[in-house]
Amino acid sequence: MRTFLKIVGGLVVLGIVVLLAIIFVPVQRTPAQTALAADWQPQEGHGEYAMRLSDCMACHTEEGGEPFAGNRAIESPLGTIYSTNITPDDETGIGGWSLADFRAALYDGVRPDGTHLYPAMPYENFRHIGEEDLRAMYDYFMTEVPPVRQEVEETSLTFPFNQRWGLRLWKWVALDDAGFTPDTDDPVLARGQYLVEGPGHCAACHSPRNMVMAQAGTGAGDDAFLMGGEVAGWTAPPLRGPQSAIRGWTEADVAMILGTGRNAHAALNGEMQLVARDSTQYFTEDDLQAVARFLIGLNEPLDPAAETRDDRVTETEQLLASATPDMDLGARLYLDNCNACHFVDGRGADEVFPELAGNSLVTAESPRGLLTMILGGSQLPSTALRPYRLRMPGFAHRLDDDEVAALASFLRSAWGNAAAEVDAGTVADVRDAQL
Amino acid sequence: MARTDPKKDVVIVGLGWTGSIMGIELAKEGLEILALERGPERSTVPDFQYPNVIDELKYGIRFGFMQKPRNSTITVRRNVDETALPMRKLGSFLPGDGVGGAGIHWNGQTWRPMANEYNLRSYVIENFGEDAIPDGMTIQDWGVTAEELEPYYDRFEYMAGIAGQAGNIQGEIIPGGNPFEAPRSRDYPMPPLPEQTDSRMFREVAGQMGYHPFPRPSANASIAYTNEYGMQLGPCNFCGFCERYGCLNYSKSSPQTCILDALRRYDNFSYRVNSEVLRVDLAVDGRTATGVTYWDEEAQEEVIQPADLVILAAYQLHNVHLMLLSGIGEPYNPASGEGVTGKNYSYQMNGGTTLFYRDVEFNPFAAAGSSGVSIDDFAINQIDFGAEGFIGGSYITAGLSNGQPIRGISLPRGTPSWGAGWKQGIGEYYGHAMSIGSHGSNLSYQDCYLDLDPNYTDRHGRPLMRMTFDWKPNDIRMTQFMRARIEEIAQEMGADSWQSSFKSEGARYDIRPYQTTHNVGGAIMGTDPNTSAVNRYLQAWGQHNVFVLGAGAFPQNIQYNPTGAVGALAYWAAEAIVNDYLPNPRPLV
Repeated sequence: MRTFLKIVGGLVVLGIVVLLAIIFVPVQRTPAQTALAADWQPQEGHGEYAMRLSDCMACHTEEGGEPFAGNRAIESPLGTIYSTNITPDDETGIGGWSLADFRAALYDGVRPDGTHLYPAMPYENFRHIGEEDLRAMYDYFMTEVPPVRQEVEETSLTFPFNQRWGLRLWKWVALDDAGFTPDTDDPVLARGQYLVEGPGHCAACHSPRNMVMAQAGTGAGDDAFLMGGEVAGWTAPPLRGPQSAIRGWTEADVAMILGTGRNAHAALNGEMQLVARDSTQYFTEDDLQAVARFLIGLNEPLDPAAETRDDRVTETEQLLASATPDMDLGARLYLDNCNACHFVDGRGADEVFPELAGNSLVTAESPRGLLTMILGGSQLPSTALRPYRLRMPGFAHRLDDDEVAALASFLRSAWGNAAAEVDAGTVADVRDAQL
Repeated sequence: MARTDPKKDVVIVGLGWTGSIMGIELAKEGLEILALERGPERSTVPDFQYPNVIDELKYGIRFGFMQKPRNSTITVRRNVDETALPMRKLGSFLPGDGVGGAGIHWNGQTWRPMANEYNLRSYVIENFGEDAIPDGMTIQDWGVTAEELEPYYDRFEYMAGIAGQAGNIQGEIIPGGNPFEAPRSRDYPMPPLPEQTDSRMFREVAGQMGYHPFPRPSANASIAYTNEYGMQLGPCNFCGFCERYGCLNYSKSSPQTCILDALRRYDNFSYRVNSEVLRVDLAVDGRTATGVTYWDEEAQEEVIQPADLVILAAYQLHNVHLMLLSGIGEPYNPASGEGVTGKNYSYQMNGGTTLFYRDVEFNPFAAAGSSGVSIDDFAINQIDFGAEGFIGGSYITAGLSNGQPIRGISLPRGTPSWGAGWKQGIGEYYGHAMSIGSHGSNLSYQDCYLDLDPNYTDRHGRPLMRMTFDWKPNDIRMTQFMRARIEEIAQEMGADSWQSSFKSEGARYDIRPYQTTHNVGGAIMGTDPNTSAVNRYLQAWGQHNVFVLGAGAFPQNIQYNPTGAVGALAYWAAEAIVNDYLPNPRPLV
């Protein structure tokens, strides 16, 4: 008995020591992955461009607030996380940070005082940003961004998530090696891979989360990479695999939607609209093409027969065109509410009215994004090439839960779509979440 | 109690088609620009959103998108001996209100005038002698030619995204188009809209009669389209709610669909709504404008807005009103024929024949505002004025634009207008009628003009503008000629019955029934400061930093819907300002 107690006591002491070590032993910060000369200077505009590539603005700027002054509420599964002030203000921002401090935040998710950052900050991806982009960004934030004195709302998650030291353990599991090595010699594909895996942090939303809420795939070698996730009630659709949202698209289609928010097939929705607004519309044509080529390369080529658009009249189109009074509620609601723009063939019109046939939002496993769209509508961001903030009105005031469920179920099964029905209870949930 | 705001490079009065065009073209130059719109903000969503906008009572009957006479009206009389009275209810014409102006609620017919309409006076004298011009007719040349303006029509049509079929590309006659049109440099940016039953029937018969039918040029998109500013249109779904409504479908060309979101991206451009310009302020010597004074509805105060360049881009009536109130150009005096501001107000001479068919279903509810078929065989350049005894011309056209229940149902004369007989008539004839219309020129006359009313004032204490206008025998002879041509066609079309409505001898102008919102003149362009209010670049003769856009520039009305010419002139003036005026501000002529 005494021996047993001794063992237990020893384990408790060991545990405390380990815990104290986890909390108090300073984190080893990842060093620069490439040695740059001490006097290396970014070219004019490089820093701002790297910021655009990394989309710092969307999360670190409050709606209507000063750029980068933080305080944007980010809804995470763990609770609301408030973004920090990353202007170079000495007291409330990152004014006193060294390059190494800045790198540690991006690569290791730690602040200069050793506090662990929640992984809403996508250091899982940013640890693959190259040293040149990183230093250019540091230079940009320190010398070009005006300092803004603004305290941000303190993030206070519930226990156990408020124990930030636990993130250190999480990082041992979640983080892969820093740095970036392309899988290919093709410079365009390599650039695309770098942009997608590193600064673009696409996997933060488009990869599923694993058991510990880490990205299940951060690189092209991972099976789950870009296989679809969820963000703020919207589906971040898979960009690979059988349900790939970009299946059948051309590189030009991908470049177009990233650059302008819209293309011949679809329009960006949900959080991705902010990505186009603040980030991808500023990509150079070359970079858009590189991203597009890399993403298309992750998809199996369609067989040639399927690549030509199927112009046969679908049963759905015949049904809608017949306009018989006895058709089901969902089809009738479609004619009365949606058909004006999306048409009986469900193909809409290029760059203006998205296709609903094969639309990844419509057929997503979770219908929440589709329901959010039907109830609340959506407005495209203004971009340089396509400035029009085209807006679909919401139908929450016009359709009740049963009707929205019938309409959504119709859409999910029309024109060859094959997704599960939606029930009114789910609609009610989404409606409540919107209010 | 006026506040003075910081000076701008440019102030634009009105944010409809012309204000938006000038706004974006000058914004590109980096100028600091403020546009002042007296009406409210208007966007497709929520203001035109489906299904709210499909409300005939609210918008079609009660004019939800139009100016309210209590805020803005005119007085009207038919000749100089009458005392003008205020128009207290809209009727004959419907000026728009708010961002987009009348550009949101038009049907979308987008024409180019015939080449001889720009030099009508010279054309008549050269071909028919000076005696062909009746006493009191004051037609003038515009001072520009079809060739000069062609690139600007092309620009406007490609910006607005017009669906149509060219008839004359660089002199080559194209089958299926209008063979009588002035040469254009290339085809329309969009193919014509699909053809409805009534249009097909009209086209077939007109063709058999040796005429040259062609699709109406339409600002209702036939395909998805992106214009030079990156702005986008989606294909029209033939919802049948076009004129008097904003388009729910991003299909009708308007400042909203074609310009405004692109313009909003310029940090050097801003605009204020609910801001009514009261006058243009002139320098002490009167030779330049110093800016404008406007009424800020929100702040409930007058605001002095200094600016180097003043663009009048309000509706024609309001541009002329502001000129009269501000002392821009000498007011026109009908007795002496001297003075220029307010001169040559003119309108549009229209008529039509309705055909009833018991056995034909026209499905008028599936319609676009300007889908249809026209002939120009009796256009102003096809008529022997000497032989026919009038100066003018008209296009003749068929095309149902709506099947709305309150205003959109034609019934044979004699059908009761209420009760069981009316219901029976509706049951029998809804969807069984089509019409053939004449849309004709209206010329200018010595005693048709605009000036300040001596008796009535508006809510700001400013004199109302007074319209003196009546129909004249020349134009009635024109429309009666068209009636004869249309009835010949109607006869051939084999309707069960038909009935005509054209102005006949002795007809007087009546402001109550809707006729058309094609008010023109009063700020006419020309080559002589003694006979025109603005020069050929729409620059005020007396104040070189004031430009006056819009249909006020027409010295007499063309036989077409005016928007095409209004748009082309806006681009023409914008280019002159950018290339010629800004580097060296001065009178351009």
